[in-house]
Amino acid sequence: MTVDDTTNPQHGVVGERRGTVLLDARGITKRFGEILANDTVSLTLRAGEIHALLGENGAGKSTLVKILYGALDPNAGDLVWQGQTVTIASPAEARALGIGMVFQHFSLFEALTVAENIALALPPGQSFRALSERIRQVSRDYGLTLDPSAIVADLSVGVRQRIEIVRCLLQEPKLIIMDEPTSVLTPQEADQLFVTLERLALEGCAILYISHRLEEVQRICHHATIMRHGKVVMECDPTKETAGSLARLMVGSAVHDLKRGVVPREGDVRLALKDLSAEAEGPFSVAIENIDLDVRAGEVVAIAGIAGNGQSELFELVSGERLSSSADAVTIGAVPMGRAGITKRRRAGAAFVPEERLGHGAVPGLKLSENLLLTRHSTGDGLVQGGFLKRDRAGALEQRIKTNFDVRMSHDDPEARALSGGNLQKFVIGRELDRQPDVLVVNQPTWGVDAGAAALIRQELIDLSRNGAAVLVISQDLDEIFEIADRIAVISRGKLSDAIPAQKLTRERVGLLMAGLDEDSGGAGDAA
Amino acid sequence: MGAFESILLTVITAATPLLLAAIGELVVERSGVLNLGVEGMMIVGAVMGFAGAQATGSPYLGAVFALLSGMGMALLFGFLTLHLVANQVATGLALTLLGLGLSGMIGEAFVGQPGIRLTGIEIPVLSDLPLVGRLLFGQDVLVYLSLALVAGVSYVLFRTRAGLIIRAVGDNHASAHALGVSVLKVRYLAVLFGGACAGLAGGYLSLVYTPQWVEGMTAGRGWIALALVVFATWRPLRVLAGAYLFGAVGILQFHAQAHGVAIPSQFMSALPYVATIAVLVIISRNRILTRVNTPACLGRPFVPDR
Repeated sequence: MTVDDTTNPQHGVVGERRGTVLLDARGITKRFGEILANDTVSLTLRAGEIHALLGENGAGKSTLVKILYGALDPNAGDLVWQGQTVTIASPAEARALGIGMVFQHFSLFEALTVAENIALALPPGQSFRALSERIRQVSRDYGLTLDPSAIVADLSVGVRQRIEIVRCLLQEPKLIIMDEPTSVLTPQEADQLFVTLERLALEGCAILYISHRLEEVQRICHHATIMRHGKVVMECDPTKETAGSLARLMVGSAVHDLKRGVVPREGDVRLALKDLSAEAEGPFSVAIENIDLDVRAGEVVAIAGIAGNGQSELFELVSGERLSSSADAVTIGAVPMGRAGITKRRRAGAAFVPEERLGHGAVPGLKLSENLLLTRHSTGDGLVQGGFLKRDRAGALEQRIKTNFDVRMSHDDPEARALSGGNLQKFVIGRELDRQPDVLVVNQPTWGVDAGAAALIRQELIDLSRNGAAVLVISQDLDEIFEIADRIAVISRGKLSDAIPAQKLTRERVGLLMAGLDEDSGGAGDAA
Repeated sequence: MGAFESILLTVITAATPLLLAAIGELVVERSGVLNLGVEGMMIVGAVMGFAGAQATGSPYLGAVFALLSGMGMALLFGFLTLHLVANQVATGLALTLLGLGLSGMIGEAFVGQPGIRLTGIEIPVLSDLPLVGRLLFGQDVLVYLSLALVAGVSYVLFRTRAGLIIRAVGDNHASAHALGVSVLKVRYLAVLFGGACAGLAGGYLSLVYTPQWVEGMTAGRGWIALALVVFATWRPLRVLAGAYLFGAVGILQFHAQAHGVAIPSQFMSALPYVATIAVLVIISRNRILTRVNTPACLGRPFVPDR
């Protein structure tokens, strides 16, 4: 039990670390084709310690975690578990050792019940009734309310995460790996999660906590390992660092603060939603109820909300993917557009960026220049003449976007699917921003994008508005919303609260509104 | 034997091959694989069942031949789609074409030969009961087997861990893989089970339904079985209901035509399809249940990343 590790060449002096060494990963290397995703990475995890793994998208965090969880084989390196060198050939073997994982993109089976989902992860031989009882007990013990017989498809994201955690806890793990656990939670849900994590750590469980939210890491983590370009660049005690210094270590250079500029006084209303309603289209869709909102030239209005509260439905109604029942429900410029299709709305000066970049925002199998044509074929760029495509012009525009928005690609004009998530997002947003639209509606502008690229995108959104455009941002990321929004509205179960100036709001108040719990919210958002 | 009783007996005979093929395909699709080659596996089962019975003199061994040949075809399908990750739709269609051609070649020598019939069982006293005797206690083994399969598949899918794993693989293969389930192994087994059922269904045609070999004798029943699975929203008891309904309407329209009902015969021939679709659509109105029962990964290839 006292295999103590003090010689880790890659980092400087680290403060006193508690707990016995549970897992020691030494010199892990993983290569995908020409890319070295993990380059001699070493990591030491101790019992009772919440250990942060920090890094940008593509820094190699996920690869490392998959190796620890047995989902990937390393090309080189050793894993030492409680003093024994082990090979973890499959997730089942990882679980047998006592390693549990809570995934970033939930690995749940939507068509199955909570209990069935959990049963799948546990060794066979347990009766269903006994299992349901154990689920109830663990969820009571840790304050994670769950109904074992509910079908996952009907549950909210926060509840789904609880299932993952309870599933993990029932395996009685010694190490829990959590991949970006708070990215989908309200601040209140996140607080509850932190309490659970701290309790687990006190009970002697090791936790590997992957995140790029630095204030969270500073708040709950005892130790941090920072990765960049597949290598460990630093280990530190996050409580002794500032958010700025951690960000610098992650990105490798300082992340600039956003320049907010000044909101022009009372610009014209460029986008107006009036009594916008729509019925739910299916059992898993949300009805939109009587939404009123004005977005003026020069301002950024953000809509906050937990996923699945009507954001995608609202986006579809505003963009014209779905038509409203009356033309007056959506006004772009000064023209009623509620019954107009998406191309008409684009011609009127509006631009739209949907949430899902691959498949919705871009066709995976088409080249970037062709994807460019798909949204800009009739917006006055001269890309189509007499029904013929002007590919050279599309190519020139694609080059311009690539340069202005720092879209990195391995060769010229690749297929959309060849780009990494962050780069594609830069392209999809750049494609619309490049038009200098009068109205921009964007859903989740920086979802899954690393800090550097996110800062670039946010700055561009602010700059666009300051140049006289009306910008409507739908986001689940409160940090982002408070960084860029002039006014904030909250969507909850298809209803939108009044848009309130950002200075007058606190995160807590927005959090409560997101959960639909605010009593004194004015306007359309009622206390449900 | 009364006319009513004989009609019921023919309904059972018409429904059983559909039921056998559909219940097998149901398991295949629940695991997330779309095998459109049911027709091909059936027809190879039919000719091999006939050949097996001729060679051994036993219709039971013929049925075993049919079953094994269906599995052989399924193994080929599994190798192409699971191992080599070929497109499932194209491979399934190819399997049907291959089966039709292969069976014609194998069966050339058997055309016009009298077959050996797999006869119904005889239980003293019970089989001789008036009215219900032949209906309940005088059927052939495959009829009872098909009904047992429905009960068995239903039980396994919804009451056992093995069934939970099959459903999980069909719902989200990436997550199942992450949990350590061998997705390809589960799918191979499901595909083989489906092949065995389809082969047996074909054998039923050449050993019971019309005990002889006629080229193309499956006459689209494999496609009907496929449609039944979808319209039954991947639920075993509904497949049972659909197969018997299809069989019943088919036989009834046949009798109606024989009695000279003045409706165009084309319309009468279309009736089983219309009736089956209408009834199954009506009972699948509950969209939430339908969505929960639809395998989300149906037809999507899986390549484990390592």
